[in-house]
Amino acid sequence: MLQIIAFYLFAALVIASGAMTIMSRNPVHSVLWLILAFFNAAGLMVLVGAEFIAMLLVIVYVGAVAVLFLFVVMMLNIDFAELRAGFVKNAPLGLVIALVLVCELVLGLGAYRAGIIELGTPSGEVLLGETNIAQIGELLYGRYLFLFESAGIILLVAMIGAIVLTHREQRSVRGHQNIAKQNARRPEEATELKQPGIGQGVEL
Amino acid sequence: MIGIEHYIVVSSILFVLGVLGIFLNRKNIIVILMAIELILLSVNINLVAFSAFLGDLTGQIFAMFVLTVAAGEAAIGLAILVIYFRSRGTIAVDDVNRMKG
Repeated sequence: MLQIIAFYLFAALVIASGAMTIMSRNPVHSVLWLILAFFNAAGLMVLVGAEFIAMLLVIVYVGAVAVLFLFVVMMLNIDFAELRAGFVKNAPLGLVIALVLVCELVLGLGAYRAGIIELGTPSGEVLLGETNIAQIGELLYGRYLFLFESAGIILLVAMIGAIVLTHREQRSVRGHQNIAKQNARRPEEATELKQPGIGQGVEL
Repeated sequence: MIGIEHYIVVSSILFVLGVLGIFLNRKNIIVILMAIELILLSVNINLVAFSAFLGDLTGQIFAMFVLTVAAGEAAIGLAILVIYFRSRGTIAVDDVNRMKG
C-alpha cells in the first residue's frame, strides 16, 4: 500500500516538475524544477530496488550537471525575455508533434496489452553478491570492464574538450611559461665560463 | 503491486515532455539542453524499470552509461554555449548561420 502511494507521489511529481522545467519563464527556475525531477526519478528507481543508479542520479545529475547548468545560466548575462518571444508561435507545431508521439506510444502500449509485443523474458542467470551495489560491481568490473573503461575515456574526452573550448590565453600574466622559448635555450648562449685572476672581480 | 506498465507510462510522458520542450523553447539553447536531459532521464527510468522487472542487471549498467554520456554532452554543450556567447553576446540559436551551412 505504502509502495503504491509512494509510486504515485513520485510519478506525479516527476511529471509535474518536468512540465514546469519546459514551461518556466526563468531558466534558473527551470534548473531548479529539473533538480526536483531528478530527485523524484531517483525515488522511482529506489522503489524498484535500483539503489545504485538512484544514488548515481542524485550525485551526478544534481551534484554536477544541474549545478553546471545553474552556473552557466547565472554567469552569462542573457536577456531571457527576448529568447521567449517565439514561445506562443512555436506552441502549435510542438503540441501537434507531442500529440503524434503520445498516440504512437499509446498504440505501442495497446499492442502490448493485446499480447502482440513480448517484453522479453528474465534471463534467469545467477547474480553474484547479495546487494544491488555488489551485483552491479561484479558485472561492471567483470563482464563489462571494457565498456566501463571506454566510459572513462568518454568522460576524459569531454573534460579535455570543455577545457580546450573555453580556455582563454592570458597574455599579460607575469611568469607565463613559453615552452618553445624554453626548449630553444642552449647552454652556450645562456652561460659564460670565466676564470678571473686572484683579487679581480668578474665584469658582467 | 506496481506493474511495469506504470513505469513505461511515466517514462513515456516524460519523453514527450522533453520533445515538447525542444519545440517550445526553440530560441533558448539552455532550456533545449535541459529538455534533452529530461529525455535521457526518461530513457533511464525505462531501462531501470525493465532491468528490475526482468531480474537482469544489464539495464542498470546501460543506464549508467547513458548517465555518463549525458554528463559529457552537458559539459560540451555548455562549453560551446559559453564560447558562442563570448563571441556573439547572445544565445539565440534560431538564427545561427555563421558557417553558412
